[in-house]
Amino acid sequence: MSDTTNAAAGKPGKKGGMNIIQLLLEGRAFFALIAIIITFSLLSPNYASVSNFLIMSNHVAIFGLLAMGMLLVILNGGIDLSVGSVLGLSGVFAGFLMQGVEIQSAGIILYPPVWAVVVLTVALGAVVGMCNGVLVAYFKVPAFVATLGSLYVARGVALLMTDGLTFNNLSGDPGLGNTGFEWLGFNRIAGVPVGVIVLAVAAVITGLVLSRTAFGRWLYSSGGNARAAELSGVPVKHVQVAVYSLSGVFAAIAGLVLSSQLTSAGPQAGFTYELTTIAAVVVGGASLMGGRGTVTGTLLGAFVIGFLSDGLVIIGVSSYWQTVFTGAVIVLAVMLNSIQYGGVGKK
Amino acid sequence: MRTPETDESPQAEPDTAEVVLAARNVSKSFGAVHALKGVNFDVHRGQVTTLFGENGAGKSTLMKILSGVQLPSDGELILDGAPVEIASTVAARDLGIAIIHQELSLAPNMTVRDNIFLGREIMGPTGVNYAEEERQARALMRELEEDIDPLTLIEDLRLGQQQIVEIARALSVNSRILIMDEPTSALSASEVEVLFKVIRDLKARGVSIVYISHHLEEALTITDHAVVLRDGVMTAYAPRAEIDLEWIVRNMVGENFDIGSPPSGHKLGETALELKGLTVPAATGTGNAVDGLDLSVKVGEVVCIYGLMGAGRTEMMECVAGRLPATGGEVLLHGQDVSHLSIAQRIAAGLVLVPEDRQRDGLVQTMTVGRNLSLASIGKFTRGLFTNRRDEKAIIEDSIREVTVKTDGPDAAIGSLSGGNQQKVVIGKMLVTHPSVVVLDEPSRGIDVGAKAEVFRILAEHAKNGMAVVYSTSEVDECLSIAHRIIVMRRGRIAAEFTHDTTKEAIMAASGESLVA
Repeated sequence: MSDTTNAAAGKPGKKGGMNIIQLLLEGRAFFALIAIIITFSLLSPNYASVSNFLIMSNHVAIFGLLAMGMLLVILNGGIDLSVGSVLGLSGVFAGFLMQGVEIQSAGIILYPPVWAVVVLTVALGAVVGMCNGVLVAYFKVPAFVATLGSLYVARGVALLMTDGLTFNNLSGDPGLGNTGFEWLGFNRIAGVPVGVIVLAVAAVITGLVLSRTAFGRWLYSSGGNARAAELSGVPVKHVQVAVYSLSGVFAAIAGLVLSSQLTSAGPQAGFTYELTTIAAVVVGGASLMGGRGTVTGTLLGAFVIGFLSDGLVIIGVSSYWQTVFTGAVIVLAVMLNSIQYGGVGKK
Repeated sequence: MRTPETDESPQAEPDTAEVVLAARNVSKSFGAVHALKGVNFDVHRGQVTTLFGENGAGKSTLMKILSGVQLPSDGELILDGAPVEIASTVAARDLGIAIIHQELSLAPNMTVRDNIFLGREIMGPTGVNYAEEERQARALMRELEEDIDPLTLIEDLRLGQQQIVEIARALSVNSRILIMDEPTSALSASEVEVLFKVIRDLKARGVSIVYISHHLEEALTITDHAVVLRDGVMTAYAPRAEIDLEWIVRNMVGENFDIGSPPSGHKLGETALELKGLTVPAATGTGNAVDGLDLSVKVGEVVCIYGLMGAGRTEMMECVAGRLPATGGEVLLHGQDVSHLSIAQRIAAGLVLVPEDRQRDGLVQTMTVGRNLSLASIGKFTRGLFTNRRDEKAIIEDSIREVTVKTDGPDAAIGSLSGGNQQKVVIGKMLVTHPSVVVLDEPSRGIDVGAKAEVFRILAEHAKNGMAVVYSTSEVDECLSIAHRIIVMRRGRIAAEFTHDTTKEAIMAASGESLVA
């Protein structure tokens, strides 16, 4: 092939097998995770134990769930800044339902069972996400701005609902038939925390959707080149609304898991989580230009960030240093992304 | 025809202008790929030298070497008799070599003045000396005899005027050699004339021009010397007076090339596609891009739409495909009104568009060759919830075979294909949906003659099997290839209709274009 006019490719003769640098670049999140585990295991005897890994994974579950939704949005070439706020709002909304809904005209207080609380909360997340999606797809509001708006609105509504206070009693009352909320955060199935299992199920479903369904193909193509996808018959606008809705759903699930873990729901929960989540997706190798990224990579990204910050806590490094380290990891990851996709992601 | 081996190549040439820049034995390799093999090339002072060649012949590489983007692997460049090394574009600028790329490098949100002095602003005691910049910009425009106010925003200028601004910027740094890559590809006929007048003025001032164009006829009207490249080797050199169109094509492709004739031996059937009074508003907001257009195409028929840039061809086709909304009229597919259907529904009904700009509208660069090919047929290999790998593979292999894509396999990156093969992927993607009507907007744009012939052969074959084919083109030659009928569009309407036995001159005259001989 002697085509030199093909400037879009811009990487002449790059085909010659997988060399070591390419391998390291491809699997960088994986190698980073291994390096983190080895380093902290050497620094602290408590790090490398099954129980610690499960505890840390339970922390990762929150970011992992948010990151699944964020991955879908980023694959579409968008961004969702509202996930942290939606997480907070969902927790507060669930707490609000657990306290009982007073219907004044009838003079009764309804105590919905836990399953109904979960369904309603997830529906709330979907609605907020759908608003984002409609704003982006049909009203042409840039994703950054639309979701920045809902970041504020969702947080504000959460504060209004609680007057800035925290719902502390989420255990329910056996007499009212609404117990069991803490199951999500505290129970274990075969020793594995339920939160981790929720993440695993979410990851498997997301992975199947991305690799094996028409929707997955629509998402990758509309993120890679929306115009070409549209002309090939892909319903790009529906896809766009769907990814933001799903991101809202994942944020609501994460909100339920988190408030269950804490057995309380505060309006400040999930503050700045959107940034950590974006970081996890990017560390996992997804391109912010859209069209590139995998579930495996994103999970690894979430674990890298989670295990790193928990490890720093365990060896007793100041939380200020954690912030510095996390920042450095993010920049390093984006830098490596640019090297990997250099010249190809040009639109 | 002459094949020069040494730097005395233009010896017996009638005009004895001296050579300002010469490439001697220049080679360039990318890994195992040899883009240029020992090329000798002269740029004559105050004259236009045109580089002809198919895609991948090495034109772009040679240009990049001359303008300092890349260094040659071997050989040398001689400027005014002395060997030079052009290590960067800044070095090239300092030597007086400027390049105007096909995609203009102007900042659309800034004024003409700011663009001309971008990166080398004239500084005064209190910051940028805007008054002086404006004065110089005005002087440049006067020299070019162009009525462009230096304080206009670039985005408010027509494309042709933007090109003039690029030229002005090159002149403002005293460029002596101007490399122009496909400068007319997006210009209207009248803008091309303005550009050619400017080029003649530049020649008169002693500026040497290296010109690159796929539009052979047009290039012939302006050039003084022709250089033809094929597969990285310079195959022919001659002054303008000794050559004609046929000579160029022969040297470009190495043989007499036929881009097909209308498929025959089959009966044209019922009307497949019919447009009734189709009206599409112009993107600029005033007037109509397509203005009450009527057209009908029969089963098995090939129709060519010819017209200048801005004649409304693209708008008409995008409206037929469902990308642009019509403000009036109907689109009928086999007698059924499809005007209200979405793009996906029209594809399912058998009406597909192959868009003009394959990078922007045709390919998903982040996906593999295979996934690009199967993109329009996702529904066909989805069983229940999940996609079926075996069915998808069958579809992909089917289309790779059908349009003969040269690729390492379905998993190759789309960017690894040459322009012609990328175009075949875009066409194959739509053909594999088994359409009954295919509309192609400039299917031959930016691909070489060989690939072009193949594309037309594929289309002719499908027409024979009962598909209705409508394609547009800006090259008259291609009107007279496989089309049964040629429709000339002008300002959103049909200006004329011809059969295959017409002449190029008649077609061009109807389009409002004049043949500058």
